[in-house]
Amino acid sequence: MYRPRYAETLQNCALPRTLQSTHALMEALVATRGFSGSGRRVTEQPGRLPPGQYLTTDFPVLSAGPTPHVAREGWHFTLQTGSQLIKTWSWADFVRLPITTLTPDIHCVTKWSKFDTTWEGVSIDDLLADAGLEPPTAFTLAHSSEGYTTNVPVKDLTGGRGMIAITYDGKPITPDHGGPARLLVPHLYFWKSAKWVTSLEFTEHDQAGFWEERGYHMYGDPWKEQRYSGD
Amino acid sequence: MASVQARKLLWETATVVAIETHTPTVKSFFFRFAQPVSFIAGQHMDVRLTAPDGYEAQRSYSIASAPETTDRLELAIERLHDGEVSPFFHDVVTAGDEIELRGPIGGHFVWTVETGGPLLLVGGGSGVVPLMCILRHRAACSSRVPMALIYSARTTADLIFGDELHGLHARGDGFHFVPTITREANPPRGLRAGRIDAPLLTSTLALLPAPPRIVFVCGTNAFVETAADLLLGLGVPAPVIRTERYGG
Repeated sequence: MYRPRYAETLQNCALPRTLQSTHALMEALVATRGFSGSGRRVTEQPGRLPPGQYLTTDFPVLSAGPTPHVAREGWHFTLQTGSQLIKTWSWADFVRLPITTLTPDIHCVTKWSKFDTTWEGVSIDDLLADAGLEPPTAFTLAHSSEGYTTNVPVKDLTGGRGMIAITYDGKPITPDHGGPARLLVPHLYFWKSAKWVTSLEFTEHDQAGFWEERGYHMYGDPWKEQRYSGD
Repeated sequence: MASVQARKLLWETATVVAIETHTPTVKSFFFRFAQPVSFIAGQHMDVRLTAPDGYEAQRSYSIASAPETTDRLELAIERLHDGEVSPFFHDVVTAGDEIELRGPIGGHFVWTVETGGPLLLVGGGSGVVPLMCILRHRAACSSRVPMALIYSARTTADLIFGDELHGLHARGDGFHFVPTITREANPPRGLRAGRIDAPLLTSTLALLPAPPRIVFVCGTNAFVETAADLLLGLGVPAPVIRTERYGG
């Protein structure tokens, strides 16, 4: 029901310049009368901002419904294949797993980007290792406590690319930003980083989630500006 | 639920045919497209500005006009103090300018008369814009779906669409307009003073003949969090409440 939508790009991503020029070539430049772009925020590293994004220092909240207040005591995280449970962790079990830190830039489909956000959590690699599991399929659907879902391919979660985050900026993630735990897949638009995440389901096929059923892109690469279906 | 769009949403050039000033910070911009945009009440459009050197700025704005008003599409834009796109619209754009837009976008914060009601609408500041679209759609269809709108604005002068909303209320066709003014001690015309609170929500819910099928809440994140938490406290089920948060 909710609308978590921010995303990011890995800082070592080598694509931006190339893709920006391709983007410019694909659509003929039509300058807007009187618009110089003088209000643009100068970023120190050219090419760090994906096309159509602007830099913010705030952390806007975008959710499609009320913020659920999920207590850590009652929180569980589950890996499952279809409806079959593979492993469930309580909060106490979960925080004993190896903790990884990521400091990605994040990019929301609503156009804002935020640089150098610091998250701690358990990488999907470490979760799979703890469950003794090789990914059984190539796709996942993340589920949240209030019914939100979003699809992410396995290859975008493994190899250090995704985690279940439990802190932001050194503090527990606040409920409006998805606490106690949210998925973090920072190289995709941030709606893929599901707030209030409670399970990751391996699916046979790439199955559309909440926003993907409502006109948003199935994959959501900010560097290719895959905002909406058909982009 | 809207179905998955297969086609790409293309950027289209639309002409600004009129500009209307609502309040000191909000203006409506009316766009004419070569082909009218087909949309559902509550959806938004993306706007793209391009500088001569190729730099571009994009933002999303909610549609204010009814889907039935096909000759021109209205976006109501609030001027943000430190904004990049909204000050450009307020200070530079004039009638006759061509602007690139694409859409419509959004498949959750939407309503059609076929969906039915009753509906509770709760808007803070410019968060009233997509709710106005829903109300105009209802009026254009001569629908009698019961609806109530709580609209919180700082001052009387900050009420967008105030006269039109009073007019819709006066029709007596099942729509109730409940404005509340947060920063004026004695607002005129018997307008309520104060922020939204549980008694206001309770009395407004009582104007509807049955519990709302959907509650639409739109405004800043702080406003939406307050309203949604109050509604949950009054027993409105979470899945009934749909939110759209500004400030991004």
